Parts: sequence; C-alpha cells; structure tokens
Amino acid sequence: MIVTRRHALRLGAAGAGGLLLSGCDALNDSATFKHGLAGVGRLHEVAQRAIIGDSLAREFTEADMSPVFKANGSLRVADPAYRALLEGGFAQWTLRVDGLVHRPLDLPLSALQAMPQRTQITRHDCVEGWSAIGKWQGPQLGAILAAAGLLPNARFVVFHCADKLEGKPFYESIDLIEAFHPQTILAWRMNDAPLTEPHGAPIRLRVERQLGYKQAKFIMRIELRESLAGLYGGQGGFWEDNRGYQWWAGI
Amino acid sequence: MSLDSGPSGPREPVGGDLVRRHALATRLWHWTNAITILVMLMSGLMILNAHPRLYWGHYGSDHDAAWLVLADMDDIAFPGWMTIPTDYSLADARLWHFAFAWVLVLAFTAYLIWGLVRGHIARRLHITRIEWSPRHILHDIVEHAKLKFPTGAAALDYNVLQKLAYGGVLFVLIPALIASGLAMSPALDAAWPWLVDLFGGRQSARSVHFIAAMALVLFFLVHMAMVLLAGPVNEVRSMLTGWYRLPRDKGEAP
Repeated sequence: MIVTRRHALRLGAAGAGGLLLSGCDALNDSATFKHGLAGVGRLHEVAQRAIIGDSLAREFTEADMSPVFKANGSLRVADPAYRALLEGGFAQWTLRVDGLVHRPLDLPLSALQAMPQRTQITRHDCVEGWSAIGKWQGPQLGAILAAAGLLPNARFVVFHCADKLEGKPFYESIDLIEAFHPQTILAWRMNDAPLTEPHGAPIRLRVERQLGYKQAKFIMRIELRESLAGLYGGQGGFWEDNRGYQWWAGI
Repeated sequence: MSLDSGPSGPREPVGGDLVRRHALATRLWHWTNAITILVMLMSGLMILNAHPRLYWGHYGSDHDAAWLVLADMDDIAFPGWMTIPTDYSLADARLWHFAFAWVLVLAFTAYLIWGLVRGHIARRLHITRIEWSPRHILHDIVEHAKLKFPTGAAALDYNVLQKLAYGGVLFVLIPALIASGLAMSPALDAAWPWLVDLFGGRQSARSVHFIAAMALVLFFLVHMAMVLLAGPVNEVRSMLTGWYRLPRDKGEAP
C-alpha cells in the first residue's frame, strides 16, 4: 500500500486526536488527576475571596427583570408532609435553626415576615450558563443567625430542604462570610408575590455572589456545623456530592 | 533577528540559510498554548452543551430570545469526540476548563511582560505605516491567495497578514477570552461591576466568549493550512528548536 503524504497526515491527525481524547478520558477517570484539577480549582476560591471582600452583587431595576424566571432543579416536592404544609399555606410550617447555636429556634413564616425585610432585584446565574433577573424579599440570614447566637466553633451554615433528587435529600451549605453578607436573605417573596412551589416555597436562600445551585429551595431546617465532613457525601451539598460541582460556586 | 547567528556569517541571509527564528519564550508559550487552548476549547464546548443557546444582555434563558441556538434544550450540541470529557459531564468539564484557565492566564501574562519589556513584541509585530496602507495589505492578500510566500531575506520578518493574525490573537482574542470568562463569574461581577459592563451584561460576555473562541478556531485552521503550505517540517522544527531554513526562490538552485 502506498501511503501518500496526505494519507499520512490524515492518519496522524486522526491518531493524535484519538490519543488526545482517550488520554483526556483516562485522566478524567483518574481520581488523582481529578483531585489535582479540583485542587487548582480551589485557587479560584482563595483568589476570589481575596478580591470580592464585602462587595455587593449588582441590584437591577424593575425594567431589567426577566419576563419569565426559569425554575430549575426540583419543581415539585413529593414528600406528603410538605404537601400538607403547602395545602395549608405554610401556616403550620416552621423553620428550625439548630446545631452549633446558643438558642435553637422554630420560626413560623409570620415571624420571618415580621422581621426587617430586604428587597433586591438581582441576577441569578445557573451553572449551566443561563441567567435570569428577579426580585426577592425576605429577612437577612445574618439577623436570624444572630437571634440564634452562634457557638464559637460554628463555621458552616447547612440548609436542609424538603425535596429529594434521585432519592436523596437535598441540602446545601455556605460559609459564615456569605451567610452574614447583607444580600444573603431567606426569600419568601419573589417578583412581588409569595414564592411558588417551583421556585422553592415557602422560602429559598438567596446568596447573590454564588451560582444558582447554591440557592437552596424548600428550606426546612438550618444547621450550624463546624465541618461538612460526615454529612451525606461530605462535600457540602447535593450537587457537590452527586455531580462533582465545586463547593465554591463563585465561578 | 540576528544575522550573524546563521552558519553563513554576517552577510545578508539568502534562501537555504538556517537562521534563528523563534525565541525560547515564544516556543515555550506556543506549545503551552497549543495544549491549553485545545483543552479549554474542548471542555468549553462541553460546558456549552449544558445550555446550547446564546443571548445578548444581562439575562437569557429558555424563555428569552436567543441569537444563536446550537441545539434544542434536550439535545447535545457538540458530540463526544469534540468535548472533554467525552461523556456528558458539566462538572468535570468545568474542572478542566477552570484549572487550565490558570495556565492560560499565567502563561499569557508572563509572555506579554517578557515580550514588552524585551521589546520582542514591538520588534516582531509592530506594523509600520507602509504596511498599514490598504494597497500593501491588498498586495499581501493577493500574494497569499496565489500561495506565493516571501523567500530569502524577505522571509526573515513577518508579513503584515501574519502580524495582524498573531497580534490579533495576542492583543484581542486571548484578552477578550480571559475578560469575558471572568465576567461570567457572579463573585467577580460583584467585585468588578465594570468588567461585566464592558460587555453589556453577563449573557453578552458569554456570547463574546463563544465568538472569540470560534475566531481562535478560525485562526487555528488558517494557521494549520499556512504551516502545511509553507513546509510543515521546517515550520515545526523552527517552533521546536528555533532554527528555520529560509525558503528559496523558485529559480534559486538548492
């Protein structure tokens, strides 16, 4: 068989491409390599923490809002207890705040609504790439945490949610810096109406300098912890445990 | 370009002479980029698979008007052979993309500082007033279209099309990719609102990121074609070792 230069080039290109692809897949399957990639990725957290300080996410005007705000993740909660609360307009619902706190709290929706409110029109950025701008209202998370009083070893705020994905309870977590950020609120109102089920009724977290997968919906309980190890998969959230998304969701 | 570095002494080099063509820094940066940009392109296409629609402005999702729809929401826009990893994984693609982003940014910054401080970039990429003239550019385009490339001493320096292409990558495409990539970070947008304003919104930044990446692909394809036409062995050797054999005129004896 006569191998022309064009043939050789084409073979070479295909070979190099195939090698590269299978090589990348082999690396992608290697726990050590992926650990290394994630380690480099952690630099983003360090760098972004140093850069962002206590800066505020941009707040928009009503004219800037998305005509339709896309709902994502769990759109319906199957749990019968949740459905009963939903039917009753969440009159029987309380938010449990416990873990490393001086005073565990059980806050009804009316108590959250009676607290000083923050209203903000912000951009929601999904990890998938899309963005939507909506209006959120609720008490600041920092005020609730202050009411409960944190123990000195509390370092993470964990949100336990009513929904399950793939049969697993949904949860998320943030650190105390984001928790006490002034724009971090427990929103019970969205676009001037009570939060609907697809958007996380009765309350969802708004942590405005992070991606959408951090904005936990259907929150039932807030737990203060020293470490995320030992909780479900140990990575600090459903998506972190089950998809490998990074815990730092600033990028 | 040092004329005395060739084996033929300090005379005007002619076709067939072996000359020093690429500085070590340029060669290192070139091959770092070759790997980094390929990884970032392939992992980037996987990230785009997660939402294969592009918008202008601050927001954009399924319900909004997209200027580019690469696939229906339930379909995969880019097949496995184009992406890292091969099988759908937004999380893994993000790991690759963001880890290699550090390599891209650090290598780019180091090369830019070296090139500007040493005057290398000014020497090799500065486009003179004569070269900027439309007649000169048109002449070079016609010569390229006829596949007539400079020979002998004329091949020592980049022609205006090369300067525009390399300068465009160095000063436009890579900075645009880095800036628009950073502008997609919600954390950095809080710290540096001017960055996202530069693009007119996060979804605009995402669109610019894609357009700049496609422009880089176009550069890569033309670059490959030119290397093949100009003599791939000589070209690749010069980018590996630094030594380049000046092309001869058609009439010149070998």
